[in-house]
Amino acid sequence: MEFQFQFDWQAAINSIPYLAKGIPYTLMISFGGLIIGFVLGIIFGLLSINKKWYLRWPATAYIEIFRGTPILVQVLFIFYGLPDLVGGPIDPLTAGIAAIALNSGAYISEVVRGGVQSIDPGQSEAGLSLGLSRTQTFWFITWPQAFRRMIPPLGNQGIVSIKDTSLFSVIGVGELVRQGQVYIANTFTAFEVYFVVAIMYLAITLSLSLILRLLERRGVASA
Amino acid sequence: MSAIVKIKGMNKHFGKLHVLKDIDLVVEQGEVVVIIGASGSGKSTLIRCVNGLEEFESGTLEVDSQQVAPNGQSQSVLADIRKEVGMVFQQFNLFPHLTVRKNIMLAPMKVKNTAKVIANATAERLLDRVGIGSQADKYPSQLSGGQQQRVAIARALAMEPKLMLFDEPTSALDPEMVGEVLDVMRELARVGMTMMVVTHEMGFAREVADRVIYIHEGQIVEEGKPADVFDNPQNERTQAFLSRVLAH
Repeated sequence: MEFQFQFDWQAAINSIPYLAKGIPYTLMISFGGLIIGFVLGIIFGLLSINKKWYLRWPATAYIEIFRGTPILVQVLFIFYGLPDLVGGPIDPLTAGIAAIALNSGAYISEVVRGGVQSIDPGQSEAGLSLGLSRTQTFWFITWPQAFRRMIPPLGNQGIVSIKDTSLFSVIGVGELVRQGQVYIANTFTAFEVYFVVAIMYLAITLSLSLILRLLERRGVASA
Repeated sequence: MSAIVKIKGMNKHFGKLHVLKDIDLVVEQGEVVVIIGASGSGKSTLIRCVNGLEEFESGTLEVDSQQVAPNGQSQSVLADIRKEVGMVFQQFNLFPHLTVRKNIMLAPMKVKNTAKVIANATAERLLDRVGIGSQADKYPSQLSGGQQQRVAIARALAMEPKLMLFDEPTSALDPEMVGEVLDVMRELARVGMTMMVVTHEMGFAREVADRVIYIHEGQIVEEGKPADVFDNPQNERTQAFLSRVLAH
């Protein structure tokens, strides 16, 4: 028996408009989640290096819990588990954004902690010795330097989170992978469709890498 | 003349190490006090206590008529004191993300709410004074060590301090750059700035100091006019130390 496979370009091209409908959801979940995750990361990252144990411990617990459990379990828990607790359904988009936010927030906390701790204590001593308050010293002196060092690992996390959204097809958000699955169910063109899906992810992640490169270069110029 | 720093019976430990032992020291306004001693003798720790970068455990400290309590003073009191006390560090500690100009303008604008134009004019005047007026828009990493340390001095002076603390300001410099920093400090002393200087530059100490203090293992074992301390040290520890550092 002879078996010959041919890549069906026409099928690939035909799938693009349908698959593209998933892109806004993928972007919304990733960037919505990452923006909230960044805020959580700053808050919990800074709490995790606070001198007061009752601030440090809860932050550390949050970080360890959300880094130590799979994001798939987290989103299933939020989507199927939490409604029992809150007494009403949670829509899949919200569940997806929440999962990315909480998960990336834990990783970004570690990025923030590492960035802040990497700045020479002499910097804040210089700030304090000039009469600046601790808060002023942190935000005018330590934070801008730490943030610059945080850009590469933040870029990593952004790319990881964008790819993580593909898991949320399981809760039925119409993101890229979900759109692909639905399309394949009708056309049986798995190879072509997943190829196009992969290219679309790559286009998103490469754009992010490029933007971060530029951001970093601008930072280096002034350092 | 009145005292700007009064230290009485100050003690401090780092773990088991007793770094400051019953320190008594009064610094008068306009006085230049140079503190010498071996590495680890506690001389840096002593001046870092004066502006609250280090806490002490017992004794009393009064800076510019404000009490600093042992075991941690409130941050607002410390900030009040630090407005009046400039500090220059061994490693310069300039802010690498800001231009030289902004390094100098930051504290006056944020702490004293000085208007931007005034802070800028002050920065330019101080940079001229320390001899690097043309470097205002460079970043610290673009300057030599000696230039960086002169910027650090200008940055501290921008707050118009009543007292300047120098923590081994020339120890991290290449030998050929030591002179330019000492020149700036000499000029400051000449115009009457009150200074506490920790240094290994014995020539500078002899020439500029009103009083030299020798610290050994956390204790002040000898103090006096530079000529007396250097030429006729009474304590055998001082004699041993000076013969080591002055031999080469």
